[in-house]
Amino acid sequence: MTTTKSKVVYSPVFTDGAEFRIPTFKLLKQDGKLYKSAKAPDLDKDKALRIYRAMVTTRILDERMLAAQRQGRLSFYMQCTGEEAAVIGSAAALDDGDMIMAQYREQGALAYRGFTIDEFMNQLFGNEMDYGKGRQMPVHYGSSKLNYMTISSPLATQIPQAAGYAYGQKLRGEGLCTITYFGEGAASEGDFHAALNMAAVHRVPVIFLCRNNGYAISTPAAEQFAADGVAPRAYGYKMDVIRVDGNDILAMYQATQEARKLAVEHNRPVLIEAMSYRLAAHSSSDDPSGYRSKDEEAVWREKDPILRMRLWLESKKWWSEDDEKQLQENMRREVLETMKRAQKRPPPPLETLVSDVYDEVPPALAEQFDKLKAHIRRYPDEYPKSAEHAKGGA
Amino acid sequence: MTKMNMLQAINNALDTAMAEDERVLCFGEDVGVFGGVFRATSNLQQKYGKARCFNTPLVEQGIIGFANGLAAQGSVPVAEIQFADYIFPAFDQIVNESAKFRYRSGNLFNVGGLTIRAPYGGGIAGGLYHSQSPEAYFAHTPGLKIVVPRNPHQAKGLLLGAIHDSNPTLFFEPKRLYRASVGEVPDEDYRLPLGEAEVLKEGTDVTLLGWGAQMEVIEKAVEAAEKDGISCEVIDLRTILPWDVETVANSVFKTGRLVVTHEAPLTGGFAGEIAATIQERCFLYLESPIARVTGMDTPFPLVLEKEHLPNHLKVYEAIRASVEF
Repeated sequence: MTTTKSKVVYSPVFTDGAEFRIPTFKLLKQDGKLYKSAKAPDLDKDKALRIYRAMVTTRILDERMLAAQRQGRLSFYMQCTGEEAAVIGSAAALDDGDMIMAQYREQGALAYRGFTIDEFMNQLFGNEMDYGKGRQMPVHYGSSKLNYMTISSPLATQIPQAAGYAYGQKLRGEGLCTITYFGEGAASEGDFHAALNMAAVHRVPVIFLCRNNGYAISTPAAEQFAADGVAPRAYGYKMDVIRVDGNDILAMYQATQEARKLAVEHNRPVLIEAMSYRLAAHSSSDDPSGYRSKDEEAVWREKDPILRMRLWLESKKWWSEDDEKQLQENMRREVLETMKRAQKRPPPPLETLVSDVYDEVPPALAEQFDKLKAHIRRYPDEYPKSAEHAKGGA
Repeated sequence: MTKMNMLQAINNALDTAMAEDERVLCFGEDVGVFGGVFRATSNLQQKYGKARCFNTPLVEQGIIGFANGLAAQGSVPVAEIQFADYIFPAFDQIVNESAKFRYRSGNLFNVGGLTIRAPYGGGIAGGLYHSQSPEAYFAHTPGLKIVVPRNPHQAKGLLLGAIHDSNPTLFFEPKRLYRASVGEVPDEDYRLPLGEAEVLKEGTDVTLLGWGAQMEVIEKAVEAAEKDGISCEVIDLRTILPWDVETVANSVFKTGRLVVTHEAPLTGGFAGEIAATIQERCFLYLESPIARVTGMDTPFPLVLEKEHLPNHLKVYEAIRASVEF
């Protein structure tokens, strides 16, 4: 049985889908005013300010931590700069109980959910208070309390997992959904296609959010795919799709709000393609000057999503110059203070080397650990971080 | 007790688990109304509905990625990969994701509820792509458990053990034995422990160690060896990872000799790991070199399958050589 209801033709007809042009949804202009005939979504002052604070927090955190990386205080960092509206606008449209399965650049969503600067720092420095126990590179955050799945480095693996997670939510009847974030580069991986297909077939309440930010490390989108972006792929899976101006906080918020309705109330997975630009480097190990021009970046700098939202807030009289100054000062101070604190905290205990591999440490691994401890006890000066922890035991 | 073949025992285990806990789900290619290519999931969709037992699109990385997400959410997925040979498209999801979920999140999240079932091994004229034994690839990955049953009774008990284990588990089923014989299987829920080998037969001259379909081969070889007056101790490893070093070492302390056999190729095969560990533990007790009887270092052939496989004659020869060393 085939599901294709197709018209029959008697001469070969090829099509390449070029007739499908997906429109871009926008509400807010760069000057903070709405487009004519655009209507702002239902967003009250408290929520709008919560969003804005998360955006500013993320930007300041990113700037300070990149500087810290350059000073050699931190091994690695990844910025969200330029994509704050895409990430935070969408996260803000969710229920706090919805699961977020991010790729790695979505610290804004976590900041919006209430992850503290202290919690960010503990992960970045991998100290004894890092929830991940100092096992992963910086920016691999996770919080079970805030429903933010711990980041995994391999690209796109979280996309089918999000479909599975959301299917479980549907079976439980929780009225919740899962959102998963990824870049347009990750959308080339097999996992992306597997995930969209499975989610569509099984009617899973999941939102796939592609941050189309122009570059996959150094590969421009034009060398990533031949089609009109990532959005048209949803047609192939018979999935709802919307393309949004990813620098427009109001459009991102409303589009995600509607997507969530489709997902949770109608079990329809949705693809959102947020058109944005990665203003910063891919990571602290990358140098974009090698593959793109300053002029190109300048064009996008003028579309700064944070400034756009600030102008809108000011037009509503919800925000002022003073508020801005105060937030900036407080946040900068907090970032610096917590960074110093986090850096001073001790590393995770030696036991974390063997815990959590399984639910319990298997005998062979326990034996390896005992041997390691005995070895460290013989050379305590060579292992300053763990000599204290190696005392006692076999 | 009911007489069942291995497929019926596996089906019965799934049925038992699904009846007891609505969080248990079965899915994979053709798993739904058809019951899977081998019918291991027969009648489960009819009984538990399409939401809990379903066909997936033909995409192994998707099946395991989806299963990882479900397990992280608190469900208990039992994902079927149609043949162990086709597990490799899902390799990244298993090795980088399932295995490391708990570790990388500092135990904030885990996929301990995950079980992956896959028929493995030769002897069915399946050629290159329906005969492989991939356990050693996964044995190199901390965080996974790998289990292989040898008969219907073990299949049900170990599968229920795997489903209820708090770690992601690969369950490799010896498909040659699916319908080969029947045995008594308890009707109730019983769980055999993972990580424990089973001593099937005590002896004094040489220890025979294997798993899955190879246990039948060992049995035949041992019969022949005992006619020669050689006393054999036989151990079914049952769990490849983490494996039961104690039971094997204790046996070798007694017999002084070890023959390990598996279907997978020799080089990098799990017998190598066992040999290294046992010589370290039992060096002064060994009367002869540890012998490995395995498949050849070739892709699995179609026509010359018997020649390729480590059959009872090859195992018998290894026993003789070990005792006469």
